Parts: sequence; structure tokens; C-alpha cells
Amino acid sequence: MSSFDARRVRADTPALARIINGQRITYLDSGATSLPPRAVIEAMSRYYELRHANVHRSVFQTASEATATYEGARESVAHFINAPGGAGEVVFTKNTTESFNLLAKSWGEANLSEGDVVLLSEMEHHANIVPWFMLRERTGIEVRFIPVTDDFRLDLSSVDELMEDVKLVSVTAMSNVLGTINPVKELAATAHAHGALIAVDGAQSVAHDVTDVADLDIDFFAFSAHKMLGPTGIGVFWTRAEILDAMPPFLGGGGMIADVRLDGYSCAGGPTRFEAGTPPIAEAAGLGAAVRYLEGLGMANVAEHERALTGDALTRLGLEFEDRVRVIGPADTTHRGGVISLDVEGVHPHDVAQVLDQFGVCVRPGHHCAKPLMRRFSLPATVRASYGPYSLVRDTDVLIEGLRHAIEMFA
Amino acid sequence: MENLDNLYREIILDHYRSPRNRGELPSPPAIRTEGFNPLCGDEIVVYLDVEEGVLANIKLTGHGCSISQASSSLMSSAVKGKTIEQVRDVITTFKQLMTVHESTLQPSGEPVKVDLRAIGELAALAGVVKFPVRIKCAMLAWNTLSQGLDELGSA
Repeated sequence: MSSFDARRVRADTPALARIINGQRITYLDSGATSLPPRAVIEAMSRYYELRHANVHRSVFQTASEATATYEGARESVAHFINAPGGAGEVVFTKNTTESFNLLAKSWGEANLSEGDVVLLSEMEHHANIVPWFMLRERTGIEVRFIPVTDDFRLDLSSVDELMEDVKLVSVTAMSNVLGTINPVKELAATAHAHGALIAVDGAQSVAHDVTDVADLDIDFFAFSAHKMLGPTGIGVFWTRAEILDAMPPFLGGGGMIADVRLDGYSCAGGPTRFEAGTPPIAEAAGLGAAVRYLEGLGMANVAEHERALTGDALTRLGLEFEDRVRVIGPADTTHRGGVISLDVEGVHPHDVAQVLDQFGVCVRPGHHCAKPLMRRFSLPATVRASYGPYSLVRDTDVLIEGLRHAIEMFA
Repeated sequence: MENLDNLYREIILDHYRSPRNRGELPSPPAIRTEGFNPLCGDEIVVYLDVEEGVLANIKLTGHGCSISQASSSLMSSAVKGKTIEQVRDVITTFKQLMTVHESTLQPSGEPVKVDLRAIGELAALAGVVKFPVRIKCAMLAWNTLSQGLDELGSA
């Protein structure tokens, strides 16, 4: 039944027509940000060209169209992640990072106090670490970490001990460095069995596989539009309606209030309570279009396509370079996504990336905002290649050619 | 690949593969200064032995990309044995070589020209300026040296 064709996705993606250093761009940085299809760009242009107006305010025609676009995006997102309570559970934020800050600041401050534990993992992005350290400074909570094994998985062998006094488990669905896909459903069951809630960082997973928050039985979910073919500047915070309704507001201002008097204010209900000020309307239009585009591709098809690319890349990197290029992540595609971190023996990641740039290859050198994880594996940095629905085996060919050149150059 | 060869000159690769003045000096008496590039995780430690206004010895440790490592090695060769005043002049010249900001433009709007023949092997790093994100890699050792000299001045 699969009508998925990566070459068609490619044709839909104008940024892939760029020529870099005389060569067609080889984009392997979708883990950092993904390239939007024309449908997303046009949805945003349509807002600016035809219905630019503020939302939730005026009664004129274009204003109601703008509101319909904005609220329509909320419904599309709710459907995409299968939010049990629908659009009323979807809060628009700036990005995944802001979603975690919202969680820590609003829910965390209201529900956690000294002695309570938030359980993270060693493979978290700084976005799911720093807000908890900041909350610790304010409230005296404890932040604890699930260790990562030598084969790049969460070490859940003593999870019951780790769960002591835990009120919230907050983990990534997929590591942005290792590609490891974590057993979120299992962790949700564990958390609930211990009376804790679970938050999941979906930044890496959401564009690369099916997301069903109801089936996973999780409590909070965060992701960014720009990593799922959408625009920058908008992200999502999802939680169950009963939790959301009890959460105090985050940022104050217009849009989030029911009433303001000279002696105080009262808050609006629902997601708008967390959306102070004019929201990212064009970006919501883009996000809505991205969701519809991905649903058109079929997330299961996208997952299958990227799994095939990842498996092929892992095999060929091993055959081509043996021990000279070490993959920092699971060796096969079992519970693993299309993010491949590499350690090239004797060549610094920045030099690898610089040489690859000459081949038109876009990869990410650095610590990937996961410094505790880099320390865990005693690496200052890695070179990361990451796939998207428009990626082809040809991209891996150019990557390998570039790596070969880098190794020769610095040998 | 012409661009790339311009960046990774043979001299740079040579200094990267066999860095000069690598190691530590007992501190004190040597001045020990650390430099970090938090964005890419590069680290450098510079040890300076100054005797009667002369940089008698310099040693370096740390890790980083070829540009940062070669730049620190080339720097150590360029400044060792020079008077502090001469060292500061070399630093100023190198910073000019690495700068593309308006502040370095002459009143005529022309960039300040660095005489590449006068700076010896350091000229090999001139290509870095065409790769703006790598300038900070080349500058790390120099900024650390500069800081070390400032500490010496205030000691």
C-alpha cells in the first residue's frame, strides 16, 4: 500500500536544489532542523499575503480566517499525536526547550518541593536538564539520572531503586546523539506504578515515526515544528486536560487572561492560558501544513524508509572504514532512528565537517547540546549525520566519499 | 577542493600532526593559563616562562581541531625567545590577519594589510579568515597567550 517515494518528497523540498561548492547539497542535518516542503512555505505565505490579521480578537473576515488557521493547526497537531482530549490539550510554545521550561516552571513549581525527585537520563538534551537544575535551585528538588550502558541504551537494571521518591520521569523518546529509541511505553508503566508522571521529549522522534500519546500512556509531550518539516519559532507542549487545567500560568500578558482589573487578574482556561501575547500565527499555519504533509506520507512509511537508510549506512560505514570510524550509538536498527554520530580516528569533528562541506555535505560537528552524554563516553564532540523523509542512499554515498577524503587528508 | 587546500595548507597539517612545544612547565614559576572554546569543546593550556622581559620558554597542552592545534603550535614557534613587547606585536599582527571587522579598516575603507612575508610560517593561517566559523579555532591559543601576558603584567 506504500505510496511513499522519497524522490517525490525531495522534489517537494526547494532547499534541496541548492548548489554548495559546485555540488548539489547533501543534507544530513535533519536532526538539527529539517527542510520544509513547498506546502509549508506556501501555507505561511498564504497567511502573510491573504489573511494577515491577529487571532482571537477582531471580527473582520481576515481575522476570523487567521483564527481558523491558527486553531486548525492545533486540531491537526492533536490528531497527529492522538491527543485523547483533542485540541484543548495542545499548547503552542516557541520550541521544545520552551515546552520543558513551561513544564518545570508551571507544573514543576506547583507540584514539586524539597525531597521530590525528577528522574532524567544521561542521554538527555540540555533542554531537558537545565530547566530541572533551575527548578532545583528554587525548590530543593533532587535531579537523578538513569545511566546509559556501554551499548548506548538506558540502563534500567535498577530502575526500581532509581524510582524512589520520584514524582516525574522526564526522558527523550529518541537520543539526538545516539539515535537510541527508548522504551517510553514501558517507562510510562513503571512511572505510573510508582505514582509518578512521565514527560517525553519528542523533538527527535516526532518526525520519524508514529506518535500516539494515548497508546504510550504518557503525561507530557514536547516537540518542535522545525524538526518535522515545519517552520522555526513554534513548538508544542501537550498534556492531559485534567493536568493542564490545574497548571498555573507561565508567561503573563495579553491573550492568557479572562479579566484584568486594577487589583489583579484572572486567567483564561485551556491552552490559551499558556500563550501570552500575539502567538506565532504564520508558524502555526506552517506547522499545520507540515502535519498534513507528514500524514500524507504516512509516518510508518517514513519510519520504514529511514530505518532502511540507517541500516544501509551502518553496514557500509563498517565495511568501508572498519575501526577508523566508530559509530557512537547502537550498531543495528533495533530501536534506533536515523541519527548517526561518528568518531573519526585522528580527525577532529570540525575538520571532518569542514571537509564534508566541500562535498556539499551538511552534518553537525559538536556536543549536540548533550554534554553529560559526551562526558559519559569521554568524547569532546562527534560528527552527526541525520536523515529525513527526503534522504536517499545517494546522500550516504557522498558522506562516505567525503569521510574517505577527510581521513586521507589528515592521515 | 581549492578552498580546502587553502585552509589546510601543508604547514598546518604538519604542525597538527607534529605539534611543536607540546608539554607542561612547572607552575610556578611558569604562568599557566587555560583557554576554552565552549561551543566546540576545544581546550588549551599555555605555560609561559618569562625571564628578564623575554619569553624564555612556552609549552602547550590541550585538544582541539587541526586549526586550533596548528595555530597554537605555530604561535609557540613564532613567539618563543622574543621579548614580551615583540610577543605583543606578533599577537596584534595575528589578530589583524584574523579580523574582517570594520574596526580594522583604514580610514579609506581598505582593510589593514598584513605583510605576509614578515610573519613567516604564520602566513599559512591566512586562509582561515575565509572560513569565519573557524576564526575562533585559530584565535583560541592567541587569546590564551594574551591572557597569560596580562596576568604577568598584573603579577
